[in-house]
Amino acid sequence: MIRRITLRLVSGFGLVLAVVTITFVLINLAPGDPARLWVGPAAGQAELESARHALGLDRPLPVRYAAWLAGFTRGDWGTSLAQQRPVSRVLRDALPYTVLLSAGSLLLTYLGGIIVGMVQAVKRRSGTDTAITVATLIVYGMPAYWLALILVLVFAFGAARFGWPGWLQFPALGASGLDADFLSPGRQLLDRLEHLALPLTTLALIGVAGTARYVRGALVDVRDRDFVRTARAKGLSPWHIETRHVMRNGLIPVVTLMGLSLPALFSGAVFVEVIFAWPGIGREMVAAVGARDYPVVMAATAVFAALVIIGNLAADLLYAVVDPRLRRSAR
Amino acid sequence: MNVIKTVLRDRRAAVGLGVLALLAIVAVFAPWIAPHDPLAQPDILRTRFLGPFTTAPDGTIRWLGTDQLGRDLLSRLMFGARISLSVGLLAAVIAVALGTAVGSVAALFGGAVEGVLMALTDAALALPRVVLLLALVALFNPSFGLVVIVLGFTGWMPVARLARGEVKGIMAQPYAAAAVAAGASPARLLLRHLLPNALTPMIVAGALGVGNAIGLEAGLSFLGLGVPAPGPSWGNMIASGRDALIQAPWIATLPGLAVVAAVVGCNLVGDGLLDALDPAATGSRPG
Repeated sequence: MIRRITLRLVSGFGLVLAVVTITFVLINLAPGDPARLWVGPAAGQAELESARHALGLDRPLPVRYAAWLAGFTRGDWGTSLAQQRPVSRVLRDALPYTVLLSAGSLLLTYLGGIIVGMVQAVKRRSGTDTAITVATLIVYGMPAYWLALILVLVFAFGAARFGWPGWLQFPALGASGLDADFLSPGRQLLDRLEHLALPLTTLALIGVAGTARYVRGALVDVRDRDFVRTARAKGLSPWHIETRHVMRNGLIPVVTLMGLSLPALFSGAVFVEVIFAWPGIGREMVAAVGARDYPVVMAATAVFAALVIIGNLAADLLYAVVDPRLRRSAR
Repeated sequence: MNVIKTVLRDRRAAVGLGVLALLAIVAVFAPWIAPHDPLAQPDILRTRFLGPFTTAPDGTIRWLGTDQLGRDLLSRLMFGARISLSVGLLAAVIAVALGTAVGSVAALFGGAVEGVLMALTDAALALPRVVLLLALVALFNPSFGLVVIVLGFTGWMPVARLARGEVKGIMAQPYAAAAVAAGASPARLLLRHLLPNALTPMIVAGALGVGNAIGLEAGLSFLGLGVPAPGPSWGNMIASGRDALIQAPWIATLPGLAVVAAVVGCNLVGDGLLDALDPAATGSRPG
């Protein structure tokens, strides 16, 4: 087990290294001169040359790569061209918001997805099953940015216009209200949760739809197995069979799914952060793309890759916990 | 033609194929069936923000209303289908071709080649696709070709894994061994024996890939990084509808429904095919 984890950690670092290397090469191959961007269109040739020297752009590519990589591993990620502050500061400010949003939606996704999929598997081929299947199919096909707009339309604008009760009205923008700094800690928490509601719901709804489809298939598969029939023949209670026999076996592959679904989750989070002005890494990255702020784009790419790898490692560890066969063979 | 027969046997897949066929017909014939010019802005002040089923000042009925510049929404949706469907289809073709090449070469040669290729695949798979797309689009100026290529080059990894598994399975079959014994070169083995037999799963992957690419293209357009204006695309229609969400909610809502229809259609075809091929897989697939 320890060997397995070490191996995963080493390959994880290799993966992050590969990702940042590819990004570095691509950015340096791309048309457009960062120095020109830095000095502005009005600058003359002499200023351009001195800017190129100041940015280190006049050195050969391998030297720049070595210097950049050395700085990158030390946590010196350069300076944001658009914001004129350290990239590491920009991303450190944004990271907690992205982690809060992603972790929250991951939790809701699997909680909701497992419950819905379980209901479907138990009531297989009933009207409920068919209705949920159609619903999950449609929700799973919805683009996150569009579902986000619909939720804003209903629970921010619609709720206000039709005078719905306060607990059904949610703010559509930002991570906290204008007056958040003046609220008591308890009120601040409530304020944050209110602002989290719509972004979280967007990601969780799509996640639940995808997970439920998978869980239903996995559980239906297990329920037809011989050992479940044996359990029924022994006269065990349906509850006991469902929890101890069907779920314990059927949900093991779902843990793998959790690791595999992380890239898709972060992809959705990028759009959702933009729409709800949620100050996370995805929003910083989209803004940086618009401003051609390459240092931020590169660092954000690396951070997303690292988040996926950490998540996959966690899923791997969890897998060993839930699957006794793996624990025994690893010993 | 075996594939089409298989699709039609499954009810879900038939429904999905019907939806896609309808969208494709609309896209192809858009210039002839669209009721208005998708770019025309007749008398903006009096024709903008018309709701669905209203009559414009010029006496024509606007079935799905108009946007904030007075442009006919139904016509824009029809022309938007051209961009969405063609980007989705072309990107999926690139992804399937590239993935099949990588996966089958890995399976065929094995050893170090397989190790390196599959490690590369896993590395690419670990990145959120939108992040990759953003990083790539940031470097070059968006255009139709760039969006197609970038979507294709970020979508080949699942196909590669699938292709590797398929080809390995077929290589264990007696007829593959017979071909090798008869002196077939690796290229001949791959092109004449392995790929034709692994074709249908690749088509499944392609169908699912088209749906993904359509959703992502609309997403890039939504961020202003997709196929550039002035032509309508479902993504930039949703983006412009966002600015008028309160006054005219239909502008953002309707193109989104079109995206959902196209994506669900692709997923139905893919799932249905998968079930028809392998009854044990009960429509389950990681999200």
